Amino acid sequence: MPELRVLYFASLRERLGRHEDHVTLPDDVVSIRDLAVWLGQRDTAAAAAFADPSQWHVAIDQTYSDWDGSVCGAREIAFFPPVTGG
Amino acid sequence: MIRVQQEPFDAAAETARLRSKDRGRSGAVVTFTGLVRDFTAHTDDHGSTTTTMTLEHYPGMTEAALEQIEAAAQARFKPDAMTIIHRFGTLGIGEEIVYVGVAARHRAEAFAAAMFLVDWLKTRAPFWKLEQAGNQRHWVNSQDRDITAAAQWETIADPVGA
Repeated sequence: MPELRVLYFASLRERLGRHEDHVTLPDDVVSIRDLAVWLGQRDTAAAAAFADPSQWHVAIDQTYSDWDGSVCGAREIAFFPPVTGG
Repeated sequence: MIRVQQEPFDAAAETARLRSKDRGRSGAVVTFTGLVRDFTAHTDDHGSTTTTMTLEHYPGMTEAALEQIEAAAQARFKPDAMTIIHRFGTLGIGEEIVYVGVAARHRAEAFAAAMFLVDWLKTRAPFWKLEQAGNQRHWVNSQDRDITAAAQWETIADPVGA
């Protein structure tokens, strides 16, 4: 798969110590859930953060998705806490 | 009309600009301005000289989300004109964060559309607030009351998907 940009915002960004990753995913990473597991295998902070998926919202190419959403063909995935604007 | 910006805005000027778009059809203009309130009141940090709120955002998705929310309000309430302006960056107590303006034929849809826009942008627009006072820093938690308020619009679909 081509390179994917993975973004982290707010408290998640602080927990992971970075705003973004650039990754090339193996073919067996298909869903957001798969992606989170795969990121967790590379990084213990990510493993701890994603142990409870209900804490995080996710967007695929800047559109909200759920954790079953497909990452295939995506350019950009974002993980973030519930929003607090306005 | 959507703007996401770091700079302060002039609410009165934005309202005048909004009114200039309605071509005389609107009988009602409703505006909302959201402010940074003093979140240190009643705490040990009250009076700290370094009290700030920082708004982080997701460039690209914030604009897209606000446009989708505006489009949903247009379809549902059919106002004559709308404006949403949301700031990001570091703000002080009393500064203006967000402006929502609606011009419509009658007050019912003007008030309803404005409330709809605020309820949805508070729950779906990708901004995150960080409060800092003295040595304390705290990411604001999302509020159940905001989620409930948005859900009460009983729209068939969440304007920002998923």
